[in-house]
Parts: sequence; C-alpha cells; structure tokens
Amino acid sequence: MVSILDIIGPVMVGPSSSHTAGACRLGLIARNLVGGTPEKARIELHGSFARTGEGHGTDKAIVGGLLGFRPDDDRLRTALEIAEREGFAFTFAKVKLGEESEVHPNSVRITVERGARTAVMIGSSLGAGRILVNEIDGYPVEVHGNHHTIVLVAEDTRGSLARITTLLADDGVNIATLRVSRQRRGGDAFMVIEVDDPPGDEVSEHIRALEWVRWVRRLDRVSA
Amino acid sequence: MYSSLASAIQDAESRALRLSQVALEAESLDHGRPVAEIRAALGRALAVMREAVGRGAAGDLKSASGLVGGDAAKLRHGPRGPLAGTPFRDVLMRALAVQEVNAAMGVIVAAPTAGGAGVLPAVLTGLADARGLGDDALIDALATAGLIGAVVAERASLSGAEGGCQAETGAAAGMAAGAAVEMLGGTPAQVGHAVALAQQGTLGLVCDPLGGLVELPCVFRNATGSAIALAAVEMALAGIEFAIPADEVIDTMGQIGREMDVRYRETAGGGLAATPTGRRLARERLYQLKRT
Repeated sequence: MVSILDIIGPVMVGPSSSHTAGACRLGLIARNLVGGTPEKARIELHGSFARTGEGHGTDKAIVGGLLGFRPDDDRLRTALEIAEREGFAFTFAKVKLGEESEVHPNSVRITVERGARTAVMIGSSLGAGRILVNEIDGYPVEVHGNHHTIVLVAEDTRGSLARITTLLADDGVNIATLRVSRQRRGGDAFMVIEVDDPPGDEVSEHIRALEWVRWVRRLDRVSA
Repeated sequence: MYSSLASAIQDAESRALRLSQVALEAESLDHGRPVAEIRAALGRALAVMREAVGRGAAGDLKSASGLVGGDAAKLRHGPRGPLAGTPFRDVLMRALAVQEVNAAMGVIVAAPTAGGAGVLPAVLTGLADARGLGDDALIDALATAGLIGAVVAERASLSGAEGGCQAETGAAAGMAAGAAVEMLGGTPAQVGHAVALAQQGTLGLVCDPLGGLVELPCVFRNATGSAIALAAVEMALAGIEFAIPADEVIDTMGQIGREMDVRYRETAGGGLAATPTGRRLARERLYQLKRT
C-alpha cells in the first residue's frame, strides 16, 4: 500500500535515492550484522553501482552507513574522511556478482569484521531508497529493512519454529512476517523474522541460549 | 490510498471536502496514524524543502563532477529577462536551487524522487510566498501532491529507470500542478485537469543523464518541469478542461514507459548522454572524479 509519506520523502542526502539513500541503508544493515562500526570492510560494487557509484557518492553512502549515519545525515558527504580518521579500514573493488539478468544492477557485497565477529552480505538497492538483502553469510534471505528483523541460523530440528515463536510471544514481541529457508534437508535452517517493535537485548539472549541455535543477529529497521 | 484520481475527486466532491482532506483521511485509515501526526511529518518535509531552496539560492555549490552548480544564483542576480520580477522566474530559480543542492550531496526531500525533487518545492513554496500563504496551506498542498503521486505510483511508475523522466519530473509536474491548484482555491475537478494538463506535456520524456549521474540535464529538467506545472496551473484555474481524464493520461505515461527502450531509462545509453559532447563530458568528469 502506497503511503503519502513514502511519496513525500524520504528526507535524504542527494543525489540519488537508489545510489545514495539505498546504498547508505545497505551499509547500515552490514554494520548491524557485526553490532557496530566495523574495524575492516571490503566493499565490492556490481553493475551500475560500479559504473556510476563514485559520481553518486555510493562509496561515501555505504561507508557512512557502516559508520552508523542514516540517509539524511549531512556527514555522509565526508564519510570517507571520517572513517579514515576513526581508523576504520575499508577497501573498494568493482566485481561482477553474477549475470546481468540474475543480479540487480545496483548490488554490492560487503564483508565486515569487528573484533571476533565477521559477516558477509549481498544486497541490492531497488529504487526510491528501498533495499533488499539477498544473502547473509551464504544463506539466501529477504531482508527489506522496513521492520526490526531477527535473523538466525538453527539446526534443522523438529519443533524449532514453535519454540522460537513461543519464546518471542513470551518476550512480548509481535511477529509481522516470518520466513524459513534451508540449504538442504537436515541442514541448517535460516529464519528471518520481521517484528513490529524493536526487540530488547534479552530476546537475542534467550534465542542464543537455545543449544540448537548456531547464530542470531538483530537488525534494526533502516527505513525512515 | 486511492488508486484513481477520479474516485478521490468524486469522494471529495460528494462530501464537499478538499482533496487534501480525503487524502489525509485515507492515509490515516491505511496506516493507523492520526492526521495531526501525518501533518507534522509533512511539516518536517516542508522545512527541509525550504532549507534546500535557501541553500541552493546562495549559489556557492558545485556537484561532485563539477558539471552543475551556481545557475540558480544567475536567475536571482543575473540580467533581467521578460519574466523578471514574476513568480515564474522565482519558481525556476527555486527548482534549480534544490537540484543543485541534491547534486552537491546536500539534504533534500525525494518527492517523488531525488532526481525530480526540485519541482514540488519550487512550484509550491514559490506560489505560496507570492500569495502570502503560510505553512498550513503548504502542508495541505503536500498531502494533495502525495495523493497524486500515490496514484501515479500505483497506475504507472515513479522511477526513471522504469519509465524515463516522464515518471520523475513529469510526475512531479503533475503533482505540483494539482497541489497548487487546490492551494490557490481550485475545485477537486480542477485539480484533476491540472494533473492531466501538466502530464500531457511531459509524455515520452526520456531519462538521459550524462554518465548516469543525476546532474545534467536533471537540474534543468526540474526547471522546465516546473514551467510546465505553472502552465497547467494557469490553464486549470482559468477553467480550461482537458478532455482526457487524468487517470488515463497517467496510464498512458505508464504504457509509454514500459515500451521505452532501455537506452532512455537512466542507463546513459541514449538521448543527451549519447551525444558527442555528452560522452566527452561524462568521460572527462568521471575520470576527474576517480582522481580526486
């Protein structure tokens, strides 16, 4: 459903909603995956991001997102200098992530490191500032960043979904959408749970405490 | 939200309301937000629009590539043309100002998109200031513009990559014209005619930015798009009716967009981007960008 506030917005740093605002949101998601500003990041640009990204400030916008700046933050313009000053080491490369027909033209792979935490994600900027994260640590996902999202990897055991949803209900978290995928039968299951309100830290702790959960991350909403 | 302007206009007329009122009501129902909260959010957008106009009018901005910047100031301080001293020249100045801010990585409101962000603030604040109308009138106008934009998004597209510039500055011209007509006292039906009159004038407009950057001709397309919006406002308020309903003009824009060759949809493969000078400038400027 189209909202007036989507049309009259977002408030953003120019020049392009897809190449600047969307790129910044992808950086914010990657930051979320390691729980803060990474010490190191490798940013691999594909397609139109690679071809016209510099002129649109895509590089600054992604680094700004990794620093925690939102799409309307004036500091995006000088994000590269700020990152260098803060000792955040980033590198850029132009790559081909796949065939033109299969990979969205505005796509990026971001590899981040913070302390013991590392993460790799592939995401695309779909236009008008909307984004889609397609892959996290090799798992196919669909994260739009319009909700607060919990992503987790679990052993494929019976009743795992029921346990997770019960646990969320007990913590007072209301589920908006839920998707489960796995690479093969009996392999790890990947769950993407979009929720209405920001879940507290205890939710991640409770999920992490389940012995069959290998990995869990909380991703804050990155849309306006 | 409404998926046709005809249904919104009928709703407004049968209840003796303005389009902005039915738009705010529908938005409130759809998203469970009180009208006051929606108006406050539109007020914040308006403040950013005004700041961008002021920032760009100062005339000291340059885009990343250096291709655009400083032209809004020429309309402010440069030699007088036949329209000097009129709201028309002031509106053109504001459109260039906002787009120059956008190209220089300044803060703007993407309404409906970043590439078409100059038209709404230029037409609406320009005409409101000329008539001494305040923020309340402008917030209502933004609600009406949002309604028109939502209908365009639903029936056609608001993306240059999908539908060419007719879907960005063209849609913006329709939104601005319709919103301005309501702000200046026009009826809901006149708003519909203003949208149709503006968008018929931008049908087929291609998206052909040099080097794929939102700079040239985007900055100037916002000024010419605003001019088309003003023409539509003047005609609609004079009682001129466009025979094809706005919804059908919008559908036509969507159809043309779907049939438009990919070279004319933001890929820099055709149009001005593919001219000898366009290619040379893009090559030189992109090369410069990589070195800085």
